[in-house]
Amino acid sequence: MSQLLGIPPQALFGQLLLGLINGSFYALLSLGLAVIFGMLNVVNMAHGALYMVGAFVAWLLLSYAGVGYWGALVLAPLVVGLIGLVLERTMLRRLYKVDHLYGLLLTFGLALIFEGAFRHWYGVSGQPYPIPDLLKGGTNLGFMYLPTYRGWVVAASLLVCLGTWFAIERTKLGAYLRAATENPTLVQAFGINVPVMVSLTYGFGVALAGLAGVLAAPIYQVSPLMGSNLIIVVFAVVVIGGMGSILGAIVTGLGLGLLEGLTKVVYPEASNIVVFVIMAVVLMMKPAGLFGRER
Amino acid sequence: MTMQTRDTVHEGIVMYGGSPKILMVGAGLLLAVLAPYVLYPVFLMKVLCFALFACAFNLLIGFAGLLSFGHAAFFGSAAYIAAHTVKEWGWAPEAGLLAATVVAGLMGLVFGLIAIRRQGIYFAMITLALSQMVFFLALQLPFTHGEDGIQGVPRGLLFGLFDLSQPLTMYYTVLAIFLAGFALIWRTVHSPFGQVLKAIRENEPRAVSLGYRTDRYKLVAFVLSASLAGLAGGTKAIVFQLASLTDVTWQMSGEVVLMTLLGGMGTLFGPVVGAGLVVTLESYLASTSLPVPVVIGCIFVVCVLVFRRGIVGELMHRLTGKGNR
Repeated sequence: MSQLLGIPPQALFGQLLLGLINGSFYALLSLGLAVIFGMLNVVNMAHGALYMVGAFVAWLLLSYAGVGYWGALVLAPLVVGLIGLVLERTMLRRLYKVDHLYGLLLTFGLALIFEGAFRHWYGVSGQPYPIPDLLKGGTNLGFMYLPTYRGWVVAASLLVCLGTWFAIERTKLGAYLRAATENPTLVQAFGINVPVMVSLTYGFGVALAGLAGVLAAPIYQVSPLMGSNLIIVVFAVVVIGGMGSILGAIVTGLGLGLLEGLTKVVYPEASNIVVFVIMAVVLMMKPAGLFGRER
Repeated sequence: MTMQTRDTVHEGIVMYGGSPKILMVGAGLLLAVLAPYVLYPVFLMKVLCFALFACAFNLLIGFAGLLSFGHAAFFGSAAYIAAHTVKEWGWAPEAGLLAATVVAGLMGLVFGLIAIRRQGIYFAMITLALSQMVFFLALQLPFTHGEDGIQGVPRGLLFGLFDLSQPLTMYYTVLAIFLAGFALIWRTVHSPFGQVLKAIRENEPRAVSLGYRTDRYKLVAFVLSASLAGLAGGTKAIVFQLASLTDVTWQMSGEVVLMTLLGGMGTLFGPVVGAGLVVTLESYLASTSLPVPVVIGCIFVVCVLVFRRGIVGELMHRLTGKGNR
């Protein structure tokens, strides 16, 4: 069988793998957005910028401190998480009492600042980031060639996504978190420090974006604009999946990544817009999103 | 999102009758007529185009409580339509502008039908995503010429009589377009239709329970806002003889949000003031080494944190003690 749907299988599986990788990033980013939205009711427009900051922290660590990929995989999310904590404590916190749209506008301004600053310092051209030695090379699977690093990205992000799902849905801390999402006042009355939990949630959500940034650094180049277009697709993913469900965010992210890859094979011109078209269709049929609930 | 929280949000003031207002409007008109003798007309026309764009956007956020984060799609697409019809098809400028406005209105209808199914934050994200789709279309469709844009659009003769290549003629045409658009918005806001929009902004469930089909009101407001944004975009294409990708980007959508926020959401004159300030600031920053997005971002953050009423809103709040909607 040399042809599948009139397409050589090498090309098909190659694009599907690319789609799966994009989908992993969609899943990681939309997961962070969903966690933040659930707790803070803030659409974090700075999510893409913080993903970019994560990648840049990894690159800076390598270039100036000699810290390699594995160190960056731990340090960069921590740095981004800390930035998130500071942002939440100093700015976002003041906006919980006013319309939620102001949270969106504030984070949009922050995104402009981050992206503008990095563009000012490093220009628009991307900085290459090497693949760590351990993950170089690849395997021939018979029907396609799988570069080890790409396989690692898919596996790692799946693991992190499922870990987050487990932590939120199956642990005590996650139960507090879900309870505080439903009714913060009541949970606070039980003696749980909700404001600290809110800060940590924001920190954790953006740390996920930072982690995605490090994972992306060796695949895409590290550039100040790497997050700005990605994040809009992720918004569409979030609208399609509905913000209510963690698992929904993960499944939708991966699924849409695959679908995008498939579109690249079948009708490349539409690959940029297929996610948005699906969003429109889903909204017409099920306004709350595939996994969402009306509130 | 509960609609009750809106009460704390829009503290802008709509100016109602009284002689100070007439005096102010008269003075403003006189300034606008004399301005091209003092300032560079192209700069003023840019301000007017963006002022109309921001006023159109403000009609949604300020009076219907809908935050569209995709208005660049209407602005930019209309610019492409005006540029294409005038340059490639040899249409007269007024026909090109009409086509641009109609196309933007139709796009507004499609966007609106999809986006008004969700409220608040979701509405913003959906409009943003749809406008990004338009951006990719503009990047790929042959008639927009991708990265180059449509360049060298002739200004032509307005109604076959007025030569728009004369800077002053062009300026007064743009001024007339702006005033017509502004008058339409003023009329809309002060009509029964505008009152219903405000009711929806303040408390949508109550408006529904009073028997208003709020979705239809929101849709009409959306189409009107999109058409006027399109008129502004088409005019900009004729003035600068150029339609480019910049006008369709989501950064442009953000810029119009900033103009409105800075000037004062829900005030009639706020967006005009905001547009003037942002355009002035950008042309000033262009000659310095400061990164423009960082400065714009900082203004955004400061406005949201401490200055939510905006300049005109704050001014009115101080003058009257409190808002008299």
